[in-house]
Amino acid sequence: MFSRKHLLGLDGVAQEEIISILDTARSFREVLERPIKRLPTLQGKTVVNLFYEPSTRTRISFELAEKRLSADIVNFSASASSVKKGETLIDTVRNIEAMKIDMVVVRHSSPGAAHLLARVLNAHIINAGDGGHEHPTQALLDMFTIREKKGRLDQLTVALVGDISHSRVAMSNIYGLRTMGARVLVCGPSTLIPRHIEWLGVEVYHNIDEIIEQVDVMNILRLQLERQRRGLFPSLREYHNYFGITRERLERATRPILIMHPGPMNRGVEISSDVADSEHSVILEQVTNGLAVRMAILYLLAGGKSEIH
Amino acid sequence: MKFTKTAIISRKGFQPLPERLLLKNARLVDPVAQMDETTDLVLEDGRIASLGPIDAQGFQGEVLDLSGKIVSPGWMDLHVHLREPGREDEETIESGSLAAANGGFTALCCMPNTDPPIDSQEIIQYIKDRSADLLVAVHPIAAITKKREGKELSEILELVEQGAVAISDDGSPVMNAEVMRRALEYTKMVGVPVIGHEEDVTMTDGAQINEGFVSTCLGLRGWPTVAEDVMVARDILLAEYTGGRFHVAHISSEGAVELVRQAKARGVQVTAEVTPHHFTLTDEAVRGYDTNTKINPPLRSEEDRQALLQGLVDGTIDVIATDHAPHAFEEKEAEYIYAPFGIVGLETALGLCVTELVQTGLLSWTQLIEKLAVNPYRALGLEPPRIKPGHPANLTIFDPEAQWEVNPARFLSKSRNTPFGEKKLTGKPLAVINQGKMFFSTL
Ligand SMILES: [Zn+2]
Repeated sequence: MFSRKHLLGLDGVAQEEIISILDTARSFREVLERPIKRLPTLQGKTVVNLFYEPSTRTRISFELAEKRLSADIVNFSASASSVKKGETLIDTVRNIEAMKIDMVVVRHSSPGAAHLLARVLNAHIINAGDGGHEHPTQALLDMFTIREKKGRLDQLTVALVGDISHSRVAMSNIYGLRTMGARVLVCGPSTLIPRHIEWLGVEVYHNIDEIIEQVDVMNILRLQLERQRRGLFPSLREYHNYFGITRERLERATRPILIMHPGPMNRGVEISSDVADSEHSVILEQVTNGLAVRMAILYLLAGGKSEIH
Repeated sequence: MKFTKTAIISRKGFQPLPERLLLKNARLVDPVAQMDETTDLVLEDGRIASLGPIDAQGFQGEVLDLSGKIVSPGWMDLHVHLREPGREDEETIESGSLAAANGGFTALCCMPNTDPPIDSQEIIQYIKDRSADLLVAVHPIAAITKKREGKELSEILELVEQGAVAISDDGSPVMNAEVMRRALEYTKMVGVPVIGHEEDVTMTDGAQINEGFVSTCLGLRGWPTVAEDVMVARDILLAEYTGGRFHVAHISSEGAVELVRQAKARGVQVTAEVTPHHFTLTDEAVRGYDTNTKINPPLRSEEDRQALLQGLVDGTIDVIATDHAPHAFEEKEAEYIYAPFGIVGLETALGLCVTELVQTGLLSWTQLIEKLAVNPYRALGLEPPRIKPGHPANLTIFDPEAQWEVNPARFLSKSRNTPFGEKKLTGKPLAVINQGKMFFSTL
């Protein structure tokens, strides 16, 4: 059962809670196949999408999920730097809350921003990505996708590939997948693997070819180009040669590997086009599943039960 | 108790210092004299008149029963940020001094990162004028470099002549080794220490908390201990080469403690201070993202904390100083990455020291008082206050057994940014006496 007030992250979320979200998402996935995709679940509820960081995909996915559930929607986007000079985050949200809203979906560059809102507001808070900390809905949709394709999450080996140090997607996936009993490998340049990550129960690798034989799933993370300027890797060319996922590399695997990417992709850097568009890639399905997972979370936070009709 | 005219616990705030005052049954601890005995102390005209048993009945003057209380030479906080001039909404010279008195200090050194910074004779004079009549002695620390830019030495000889007791660019590490070398060399002429905020800023760009497991879990950019260690190593070598005096501000890492230990063994003129928050908390306190855990240098790991405690025990760390850093509420009530670094410390220091160091059996009262009342003065090349007839009455009085809960609303500092709200502590300041004034703590 999932009966939390907020979804701030997957750290500390129990197995049965994750299962409850994934099962609910499956019902919504079926709803999305119907000709009429709208449900009255959140009628009369107001959801605020508070985006302090540019994000087209996640924002659209949440907005659409809210619309499918008949919520009233308020969108607030601002760059964190412009907000910093003017009204504080807390003043902004207190103002918005004074307009009697029920839920806040927040994306922010500061780790802990969702926790801060949960502390000062009465509304339900959904973390849509807080800096390098967590992105729980992304990890849930990743897990949903794996479970749909592989039928399970335990006894699978999932590799998170690339920049682990700055990836909220990686962190939430690690928490969620470990809770669900999967074996989790992280693989990337040593400068992009954070300290003591192995204490979270993951195995650390720096050589893609070493993990190819072991994995059922590869979740390939987006490489932020600004990391090169910070001196964390020397060039895109070298990165691609050693850590890029190419068809040639994958052909060494003796079993099919499910290819995932949270997007947006840098084709030719962390993933080559022939892999992104291959039959093993479920990147577009992830997007559809994201909608179902977000509907499930909105539904459950609003007090819905696990079965949908 | 028939001989007390006023019950001591009912007193709060400033009280006139009686011409003759008998401190009855006080446990007097003066590390310099290796004294730790329970007896009576008579103050006369703001000076210590006599030590030894006195009959209270026949005493002409006022009597304070201090049974069970400790009287120590007055404490000095070597590392305080008064926000005046520049941010008087956060702290002033007067409010900061009041907070110091409330916490049991009779002297403090104020860091130069004010606006304008303490890099001119005018600012030193301003601080001296503003603090002239206060109970707490305010000793300015002047900037190493003009405008604290790390480039050209400030006019150190003049600043010291005017009253600066040390030099530091605290908050802005001197990244240029040549500038640091010359500062250590130049200050030899006047004997003041160079206080180093030890942080290689090329390694801490955007860093928020200690680099380790917690920073990984919380997604906050890590601040490695080695960024401190490399600077401590550099400045120890520069002090050794030049023969200058080097004091490490707010030491926080295991590596830095070991470097200081080795340097002392070689005879380098190096001293070090640690803050109560660094020996009490670890980066685990950051979970939950309370911005009152955002401090420079950051709260470290448990291994580092243990090394700090060991450094206090074996004498590698000479001084306990608070790095009292007041910030406006609305600035701390922000996203973690936007909140400023620093917490207030003057009014929780004593309780944390007693709870974490004496109650745990790590330090004796003599050792603790040495680090609060003796070594801070010696690190500056000054004579520490004494409990000795003929000396001015410069005293810290505290209750070593009192148990209390920290309530930031009772602070006399203008700011309340502390991670210790509601923490239960043992050991509470009772009163301070200095400059012919007496103040009873309101905590
Ligand atoms: Zn400092």
